[in-house]
Amino acid sequence: MEKTWNNKAWFMVLPVLLLVAFSAVIPLMTVVNYSVQDTFGNNQFFWAGTEWFTEMLTSERFHSALGRNLFFSFIILLIEIPLGIVIALNMPRKGWGVPVCLVLMALPLLIPWNVVGTIWQVFGRVDIGLLGHTLERLGINYNYVQNPLHAWFTVIIMDVWHWTSLVVLLCYAGLVSIPDAFYQAAKIDGASRWAVFRYIQLPKMNRVLLIAVLLRFMDSFMIYTEPFVVTGGGPGNSTTFLSIDLVKMAVGQFDLGPAAAMSLIYFLIILLMSWVFYTVMTNYDAER
Amino acid sequence: MSESVARTAVSVSPEQARMDKALARRMRKRGDESKFWWLIPTLYIFFLMLPIYWLINMSFKTNQEILGNFSLWPQSPTLRNYAVIFTDPSWYKGYINSIIYVGMNTVISVLVALPAAYAFSRYRFLGDKHLFFWLLTNRMAPPAVFALPFFQLYSAFGLIDTHIAVALAHCLFNVPLAVWILEGFMSGVPKEIDETAYIDGYSFPRFFVKIFIPLIASGIGVAAFFCFMFSWVELLIARTLTTTAAKPIAAIMTRTVSASGMDWGVLAAAGVLTIIPGAIVIYFVRNYIAKGFALGRV
Repeated sequence: MEKTWNNKAWFMVLPVLLLVAFSAVIPLMTVVNYSVQDTFGNNQFFWAGTEWFTEMLTSERFHSALGRNLFFSFIILLIEIPLGIVIALNMPRKGWGVPVCLVLMALPLLIPWNVVGTIWQVFGRVDIGLLGHTLERLGINYNYVQNPLHAWFTVIIMDVWHWTSLVVLLCYAGLVSIPDAFYQAAKIDGASRWAVFRYIQLPKMNRVLLIAVLLRFMDSFMIYTEPFVVTGGGPGNSTTFLSIDLVKMAVGQFDLGPAAAMSLIYFLIILLMSWVFYTVMTNYDAER
Repeated sequence: MSESVARTAVSVSPEQARMDKALARRMRKRGDESKFWWLIPTLYIFFLMLPIYWLINMSFKTNQEILGNFSLWPQSPTLRNYAVIFTDPSWYKGYINSIIYVGMNTVISVLVALPAAYAFSRYRFLGDKHLFFWLLTNRMAPPAVFALPFFQLYSAFGLIDTHIAVALAHCLFNVPLAVWILEGFMSGVPKEIDETAYIDGYSFPRFFVKIFIPLIASGIGVAAFFCFMFSWVELLIARTLTTTAAKPIAAIMTRTVSASGMDWGVLAAAGVLTIIPGAIVIYFVRNYIAKGFALGRV
């Protein structure tokens, strides 16, 4: 659509600007403030310069939390994206099955995150949970509280359970927007199932897939509540992701300086990634 | 003229019906050549429902039964766990608190997002693209980064433990989201409609309320749905900003540890009750969900 140039439109954006400034810019400035100061209590602050940033960037603790978080995001993307595509391809397109599938699949998305954690905490317990009990019957000594591998397994399967539906719904929305003429043409050409997927369905899903990858990456990068409820970041530090570590540092130990520096580095990483994504997406839109 | 178009549409209808039938046949066939396409969604839904079923199952059991004997369904179903929640104000007030701040947040987010989305969809102005991107980055901000500064900010204003504090804090990620979704829907409305209305002598506010808003009603529904959803599921910020008077149900759930150990039954019942509002909301917007996602704007 051709848009007219009109700077008065700023007045319409003003409420949003003020509201978001109040709830984003002011808190963010507080963080910046803490990140360059040191305190010995009593509300006395000293200029600390970039001390906290160098400390954070060289700290073993930050590196390992970042590494764990990246690894976690990588694994869940590897599982959720292909799984989501396969399920979306096999979903009914019309009839009573459509609303049933949509409502049931969207259900995990609307459960409060700590309830998701609670559900899996209970579900995985050997004494009262179905999953834990079944695994134990199968002869596996399953214990997500003490075994890091089992803790990871639980956290990953929980995330797959919680978020694959988002990928499914996005892909499904992309698929239903394909005109039927495309399929007819493919049929006339005698295209195989794979060719239909590769040359018709996948290109049409490109955009939504890009969004799905971004959303899943961002949200898994900021994950806090669910693993915190299930494992509390343990055993040891094996499931301590960035957000868990940050809250532990800021609220638990009240190390405001390092925590603030970590917040900013964390936020910058995310900002950089959203910028890359946004550029890719707008370029992609422009090409079409 | 429109009448003649309608007549031709009616006259081709038998042929149309035949084509529709053929189309339906093709649609059925195209999913997969095999007859077992339904197996995958069914298995997936089974996997989704299993943990939820387990929670419901537990909520109808007594604690002795939960811990004592392992069974796939309640042997002696009891409503005691639900009774505990519905008779104790400290429990059911949690639900009221959650619904109050989620409702406030949804209304605020959609109201301020409407004019902004209109501006983004209709006009170019100084810094519009940067502003749009900056808004989006707030959707990407980790709540953990903001938890502590929020606490200090709202303490300074004396807003700690009020519903409005949580509602405003959740605007951080819901307002950008609402702007993004609404902008997509508004861009789908042709600009000629605005121009025609102005020629007909509508003032801007009257045009916006009387003509434009009804046109994007489904968009407002989708935006409200996502605002509701993200505010309802968020806990970290909501818990940080509340102590007792406005504490959300999800935070109250963590206190089921008592002297005699975990009260698993009540915990499960409280969990089931938090799923219900979401389920009701999904049911009402089920036809719009796919549309909202189709815009790729979540």
